[in-house]
Amino acid sequence: MSRLAMTFRQLRQQGRKALIPYVTAGYPGVDITPALMHVLVEAGADVIELGVPFSDPSADGPTIQAASEYALRQGIGLPQVLDQVQRFRESDTTTPVVLMGYANPIERYDMLRQPGAFAADAAAAGVDGVLVVDYPPEVSGRLGAQLRRHDIELIFLLAPTSTERRIRQVAECAGGYVYCVAVNGITGTQALDLVQVRDTLARIRRHVHTPVGVGFGVRDASTARAVAKVADAVVIGSWLIERLAEKPAAEALAAASNLIREVRHQLDLDAPESGPDHLSKPEPSEPQDPSHV
Amino acid sequence: MTHEPVYDQPDAGGFFGQYGGSFISETLAQATEALHTAYRRYSVDPTFIADFQEELADYVGRPSPVYYARRLSNELGGAQIFLKREDLNHTGAHKINNVIGQAMLARRMGKRRIIAETGAGQHGVATATICARYGLECVVYMGREDIARQHPNVQRMALLGATVVPVTSGSCTLKDAMNEAIRDWVTNVDNTFYLIGSVAGMHPYPTMVRDFQTVIGKECLNQMPALFKRLGLDRQHPDAVIACVGGGSNAIGIFHPYIEHAAVRLIGVEAAGLGLDTGQHAASIQRGSPGVLHGNRSLILQDDMGQVQQTHSISAGLDYPGVGPEHAWLHEIGRAEYVSATDEEALGAFHQLCRMEGIIPALEASHAVAYAMRLAVTLPRNRTILVNLSGRGDKDMETVMAQSGPGVQP
Repeated sequence: MSRLAMTFRQLRQQGRKALIPYVTAGYPGVDITPALMHVLVEAGADVIELGVPFSDPSADGPTIQAASEYALRQGIGLPQVLDQVQRFRESDTTTPVVLMGYANPIERYDMLRQPGAFAADAAAAGVDGVLVVDYPPEVSGRLGAQLRRHDIELIFLLAPTSTERRIRQVAECAGGYVYCVAVNGITGTQALDLVQVRDTLARIRRHVHTPVGVGFGVRDASTARAVAKVADAVVIGSWLIERLAEKPAAEALAAASNLIREVRHQLDLDAPESGPDHLSKPEPSEPQDPSHV
Repeated sequence: MTHEPVYDQPDAGGFFGQYGGSFISETLAQATEALHTAYRRYSVDPTFIADFQEELADYVGRPSPVYYARRLSNELGGAQIFLKREDLNHTGAHKINNVIGQAMLARRMGKRRIIAETGAGQHGVATATICARYGLECVVYMGREDIARQHPNVQRMALLGATVVPVTSGSCTLKDAMNEAIRDWVTNVDNTFYLIGSVAGMHPYPTMVRDFQTVIGKECLNQMPALFKRLGLDRQHPDAVIACVGGGSNAIGIFHPYIEHAAVRLIGVEAAGLGLDTGQHAASIQRGSPGVLHGNRSLILQDDMGQVQQTHSISAGLDYPGVGPEHAWLHEIGRAEYVSATDEEALGAFHQLCRMEGIIPALEASHAVAYAMRLAVTLPRNRTILVNLSGRGDKDMETVMAQSGPGVQP
């Protein structure tokens, strides 16, 4: 069973919801990412979405754009992101890592190497899922097949505007989890509308049987909790990135830890067995032994 | 008589071979589908077509003439040069053709808010113009760099009632304006129509924009035989059709009706900026590689990481790191040739056309004129070249004066 499937199964058995932080690789420091990922896991993250910087992130709002531009200035591209995942895997072999980004860096990676090189190298680095923002189902067949060969899940977005036909199309090819965009818009700029989220989730769940995560617009812990009541996972991106902005490494790691702990706490208030064992994770010395296993 | 092959692109998914398609976030899928449905319906609707033609005639002033550049041709001593005068259109460029078509579509789709990106400002001005005429809200995204170098067009847009939003992300030019327009569209998808100015973007834009611009080439098919006859030339078509290529909408507009006439050379002129080997250019076809940008796969200028590179051209309208997917396809199948002209060559052609023909061309179109002049001197006098003079140069006064030194007096 894949790390993603395992993680969602365990959470389901415990009646808990997945907390999925998003961070841009190479932000807020060129070498901070593996350490930041460990801190997120220690604070209660179940899956990590790692953003691959791109020069033209047209689905992202100003916060993630700025993080992306910063990382690009530090020379972070897809090969460096894979290195960072590999370094993270040296001391965490259980937490799923999902790369989130745009098509062009992936296509370029294969063009300069060989077809399927990205899928093979991502697998070797320990990547579990890939979400390509500008690869809708119609054009993702080839990458999907290459990733499947290496047991990497191709993850898709669905939106409030997605028609039933498109939801069915995604249901047929979605792996891991489906990422439900909570608002019509870009990352990080609007507060989400819970009524709309519920409606979208209901429409999605008629066809999609993988777990469904909700992101874009989760900007505080109580919203995260409210979303988690109706979804299987909550994705936190821009809100987290804003907390890291322009901070030196130690402060950024502390800020990330605090935010994720706060959200984890809120999410677990609704877990049926929310005893103290499930409210926090063990000390940083044992990153490979998540308490909720 | 040889049988001309039928040209029938793109396929149902919007692909021209490997190029084109719809590489979009799910948040835009429904909007592009709705656009596609509306376009499929109205592109064959006789009333829509009649209304479009009426607007082109009465508001734009079409057909635009083809002008024989006699003095320039004689001076060069080679092939005869003809200019398709898109610079004489209302608002001063070919951009208005497409804008009218899309704005008519927006109205029929019930969208009251129009957004657009602009580089040189010509598409922004054309969009602001039509929005004023149709009473639609208009928001134009324009890179901070372009606002500085195309200030007169910014003022024109303001006069016409449009809101110009400066774009300060990325390289602050056309590609970033397009990212910003896409972000606006995703956010306001219910009431907003994204009016793309070139044969770029996701399917169906490259096809739709092409279709609205082919009026240029269709008119030439009618105009050239009569013109040739008047000059005593026994022929129907020019030997070569030349147009500048940034995104490539004016080029595809004049090329497309000639694609099936295999004897006609189609030549697209890219901006070589300071030179193709300096890294300071916008020659996506000659120096680019396949990549995905702004919703389609085409040839783009990118680094080894797949990051889109900054471009340079003296003309803001050619300063784009990609090119319409159909041009990438025409290049791949060898139906069109793609060459380039430097900033310096474009400026030279600009001045020559001013002095010899009394026509002040846009710096974008000056690239096409520059290559036409270079080609003409290699051909005998009985050969003919048709150049798409896609826009007028009033907007470029400041740039030209700053570049030309003391020899040119305002």
